[in-house]
Amino acid sequence: MERDDIIEYSLDAHHSEEEGRKIRRKIWLVTLLLAVVTTVEVTLGAYWKDWFDMSAWNSIKWTYVVLTLVKATYIVMTFMHLGDERRNIRAIILLPYALFILYLIFIAIWESQYVHYLWKTYL
Amino acid sequence: MAGDATKALSNDVLWGGGRSPFSISYGKMMMWFFLVSDALTFSGLLVAYGFVRHSTTEAWPIGEEVFRALPFLHGDYPLIYVALMTAILIFSSVTMVLAVEAGHRMDKGGVIKWLFATVLGGAFFVGSQAWEWSHFIHGGGGYMTTPTGETYWVHNDEHDTHTPTAHASFHLVKAVPGHYLKGEEGAPHLNREESLAIWDKRVSYVDGANMTRNEYGPPQYANFFFFITGFHGFHVFSGVIINLIVLLMAVRGVFHRRGHYEMVEKAGLYWHFVDLVWVFVFTFFYLL
Repeated sequence: MERDDIIEYSLDAHHSEEEGRKIRRKIWLVTLLLAVVTTVEVTLGAYWKDWFDMSAWNSIKWTYVVLTLVKATYIVMTFMHLGDERRNIRAIILLPYALFILYLIFIAIWESQYVHYLWKTYL
Repeated sequence: MAGDATKALSNDVLWGGGRSPFSISYGKMMMWFFLVSDALTFSGLLVAYGFVRHSTTEAWPIGEEVFRALPFLHGDYPLIYVALMTAILIFSSVTMVLAVEAGHRMDKGGVIKWLFATVLGGAFFVGSQAWEWSHFIHGGGGYMTTPTGETYWVHNDEHDTHTPTAHASFHLVKAVPGHYLKGEEGAPHLNREESLAIWDKRVSYVDGANMTRNEYGPPQYANFFFFITGFHGFHVFSGVIINLIVLLMAVRGVFHRRGHYEMVEKAGLYWHFVDLVWVFVFTFFYLL
């Protein structure tokens, strides 16, 4: 049965051959970026000890976290098209998640420091 | 994306009923909600890993020291195979987004071609994961402890952990106390006779990995490896099945008759999510 009271939002996503070329160009650019970032990460992981001394580990760690977030942003915004959606759905997906997880990370790091201290002191 | 999602509409129109305030279909919204809940699960696993690693007082193994083998090859390739797996998964994400793009142009041939490439990439990833598990479980040689509490690395060229002494290349290397996987700085490779004498007095021999002990580090290390990569691998496996079903439907022309390829887009959201999770697993389990 055909229903005429439902708006077919899926049809909005259709685009022409010319727009498609632009979109594909963007896809390949993002691919290149993800490949470069992954190569940097692996090279750093395998050889950082030859290039830096042990004190550099902390900054390398944070470099990893930042590079990972860069990759994640491009995957979510371009590959998953979240950047092309309306702002309200973007907020409904990202904000509650960020709120829960930032709190979870904070509380886990805080507690684990204390547990570490306990084990070191009394075990 | 064009159309309703980019149109400027007043709040009265958006929220006045009779339409989706988000200008997306029900199925796509529900896929997003599912992905958010799934993302919370994976974040919980990775945060738990961080908690254990941060609170432990034992030495914790390092990814580039544990994962340094390639299939069919001898030698030392730190993280190379994991990097290859990551590249393949990211690339299959790219072919997926190309399939979605082809669907938006109603290009049936393009959808089939790119979806097929995606299924292939996913299958290769699952296979690689299986090899990595097998290698992780069998181990590279294991370590033994003496009655006085010293630990030695067990070596033989065949990586045989069941009958390590049966090979001519069998020998021991003294390990750094409190550090897994590492020989002591400048520690000599003992010759076969010395090694056998120490080996006969061993109080324990830990080889490979299982749920209670492993040669890489504390038991939790292997447990988290099995649980996190296993849970992710199961997602990849089900993603391959879903993509295969969507591919068959595309071949039969179901979506073409329907007038849009949104099913490819929804399966694509799940597939990209699997890739997204791996990006985080790669960083927090293998690199850090």
